Amino acid sequence: MLKIENLHAKLEDEGKQILKGVTLEVPAGEVHAIMGPNGSGKSTLSYVLSGRDGYEVTEGEATLNGEDLLEQEPEERAAAGLFLAFQYPVEIPGVGNLTFLRTAVNAQRKARGEEELSAADFLKVVREKAKSLDIDADMLKRPVNVGFSGGEKKRNEILQMAMLEPKMCIMDETDSGLDVDAMRLVAKGVNALRAPDRSFLVITHYQRLLDHIQPDVVHIMADGRIVRTGGPELALEVEKNGYADILAAEAG
Amino acid sequence: MADTAVLTHEAGAADPGLAARLGALDLPAGGFTAPARKAALARFEKMGLPRGRDEYWRYTDPSAFNAAVPAPMDIADSGPDGPLFEDLDRLRLVFVDGVFDAAASDDLALEGVEIDTLAAAEGQAGHWAADVYGTLEAEGQTRVARPFGALNTAVARDGALIRVTGKPSRPIHLIHRRADDSADVYFHHVIVVEPGAEVTVLETGMTGARSNYVIEVDVREGGSFHHITAKRAGYQKLGWGGIFARVAAKALFKSFNLSLNGTLMRHEAVIDIVGDDAVAHIAGAVLGDGKNGDFAHDDTVFITHGAERGESRQVFKKVLKNGAKGIFQGKILVQPGAQKTDGYQISQALLLDEDSQFLGKPELEIYADDVQCSHGSTTGAIDETVLFYLRSRGVPKGRAIVLMVLSFLADALAEVEDESLREQISERLDAWLTRHA
Repeated sequence: MLKIENLHAKLEDEGKQILKGVTLEVPAGEVHAIMGPNGSGKSTLSYVLSGRDGYEVTEGEATLNGEDLLEQEPEERAAAGLFLAFQYPVEIPGVGNLTFLRTAVNAQRKARGEEELSAADFLKVVREKAKSLDIDADMLKRPVNVGFSGGEKKRNEILQMAMLEPKMCIMDETDSGLDVDAMRLVAKGVNALRAPDRSFLVITHYQRLLDHIQPDVVHIMADGRIVRTGGPELALEVEKNGYADILAAEAG
Repeated sequence: MADTAVLTHEAGAADPGLAARLGALDLPAGGFTAPARKAALARFEKMGLPRGRDEYWRYTDPSAFNAAVPAPMDIADSGPDGPLFEDLDRLRLVFVDGVFDAAASDDLALEGVEIDTLAAAEGQAGHWAADVYGTLEAEGQTRVARPFGALNTAVARDGALIRVTGKPSRPIHLIHRRADDSADVYFHHVIVVEPGAEVTVLETGMTGARSNYVIEVDVREGGSFHHITAKRAGYQKLGWGGIFARVAAKALFKSFNLSLNGTLMRHEAVIDIVGDDAVAHIAGAVLGDGKNGDFAHDDTVFITHGAERGESRQVFKKVLKNGAKGIFQGKILVQPGAQKTDGYQISQALLLDEDSQFLGKPELEIYADDVQCSHGSTTGAIDETVLFYLRSRGVPKGRAIVLMVLSFLADALAEVEDESLREQISERLDAWLTRHA
C-alpha cells in the first residue's frame, strides 16, 4: 500500500533537515503506529506525504500502490486515496460543513472519472455516517469546525475520512486534546473503517490511543529516522520505560 | 460639539477646472426641484472640485471625476454574466443612461407604494418629493464636503421617486443600461418609507461612460428599508455615488452593495440616526481584478448616532488581485446624549497577490459616555494552512481558493437578509471567482 524509501526532507525556508532517511512499508489492511519524542519528524513525515508546501524532498521516494506520491499535488494524492487527519483541524467560517464535504467527495470522484453524487444520495450517506460518530444535524450545518470542541473537530475528521473512503489514512496525533470518552468515540469510528484494502498510519506520542486502535506494527521514530520496528509490545515498552532506553540502545 | 461645516475650498469661479466642469453641463431649470437645484449649485460652487490633499480624497485620485467630460468607454464590454435577479417576481424600472424607459419597464402601479420618475413628476404641483429632493443630500454636507452630491442634485434629470406607504408584495428593481459610450450620467432617487412601511429596492446594471448617482432615503418611524445593489461585472466602469439616509425611531435601514470589476468607483454613504432604537447597517463586497486595467474601489461611510439605543454596522470586504486597489474610510460619530449606542465597523481586505493594496481609515468620534463602539481593519493573504486543508481533502487549488474567498466575504453577505437574494449573489460571486481563479 504505502512504501517509503530513504526519504529525506528539509524545511524550504530554513534549510533545516528534518527527515533523514525514513524507510517504512505499510501493507494493505494493516495498522501501523509511529511513536517518537517531540521533534523526531513524525508530523513532518505526514505533511511531506500529503504534499504540504514548505518542505523540500532532497532524497528518497514514497509511493501509494506503486504510484509516485511526491510528484503529485495534494488534491491528486487525495484522489489517489491518501487522507491526512489533522492534529489541528482548521476552521473555515462561512463554508458549511455539508457543502465542504460534498465539494470534497465530488472533487475526488470527478478526479477519478467517477460520477458525482447527487445532493440526495450524498445527504443520505452523510447522515448515516454522521450518526454513528455522534455528529448531529446541527454540526453538519455549521461552518467547518467553527465553534466545535476539540472532540467534535476530531470526530469531524473521522466523518470526512468515512465519506472520502481513502485507501491510506494518516492520523497525525489524533488523540491530542481528547478526553477518554472522546478518544473512544474517535477510535470506534476508525475501527469501523478498518478493511482489507485500507491501511492506517497512526502517529502518536502516547500508547493510550493504541489501546483503542490496535496496531499490527509499531515504529519508533527519532531524529528523522525509524530507529526501531516491532509489534504492539513495543508501544507498551515505551509506555513503561519512555523513549530514553530505546534511543540509548540504538545509539549504543 | 459644534456642527461646523468643513467646506474648505476657496474655489468658486477662480478655479478653471470647476468652470470647465460646469461649462460642460446642461443645467436643467427643474420644476418643483428648482429651488433645491439652485441651492445645490451654489453649494457645489462654494465647495469646488475635490483635490488630492482634501482629508477624504487622499487615497482616491479625483481627477477622473473632476474632468469636464468623461473619456469614451467600451460599453459593449459588459462582462460574461447575465443580469441578476431575473427569476424574481419584482417590479422593474429601466433606466437607459439615467433616463427612464417606460416601454422597457413594468406598470408602476403596486399596492402600498407610489412610484414616479423625476423627469415625469417634476412639473406636478404639490408632489410629495418636493419636500425631500436635495434636503438629505444638503444635510449630508454638514460635516464633510461631498461636492459630487451637490452637483448631482443640481443637474440630475431623472431617477425613481418612491414613496412607500404599506408593504408592497414585490421588491422594486431599478435596472440600468448603457447606450451612449460617452454619456455623463446623473440620476437621483428619492425614497420615503412612511411609518411602519417596508420595502426592498434592488439596483443592478451599469450606466454611461461616467455615472453619478444620489439616493436620498428617508426611513420614518418604524419603517424598514432593504437595499441591495449589484453592479454588472463589466470591466470598464467609472462612477461616483452617494447614499444620504435619515433613519427615524424604531426604523431599519439596510444597504448592501456588490461590486465586481470596474475602473474607479467611489461610494459615499451618509447615514443619520435621528430617532431612538433605530438600526442602520451598510455592507459591501468588492471583487477587483486589475488584469484588464486600473481598478480602484472606495467606500467612504459616515454614520451619525443622534439618538439613544441606536445600532449601526459597517461591514466591508474587498478581494483584490493584479494590482487592484481598495479604499475604506468609515466613521462613527456618536453625538452627546446618544446613550446606549451600539456601533460596529469592520473593514477587511484579502489580497490575492503582492501587487494589490488596501488603504483603510477607521474613525470613531464619541461624545456620549455609555456607548459600545468597536472597529477593526485587517489586510491579509490566503491562509496557507486552510488552503492545504482543503486540498488535502481533494478540493483542487482553484476551487479551494474560491471557497476561501466566499468564506472571507460571508460576513458582508450575511447582511442580505433574504436568503434567496443572498444565494443569487453568492452564485454570482462564485462564477466571477471561478473565472478569475
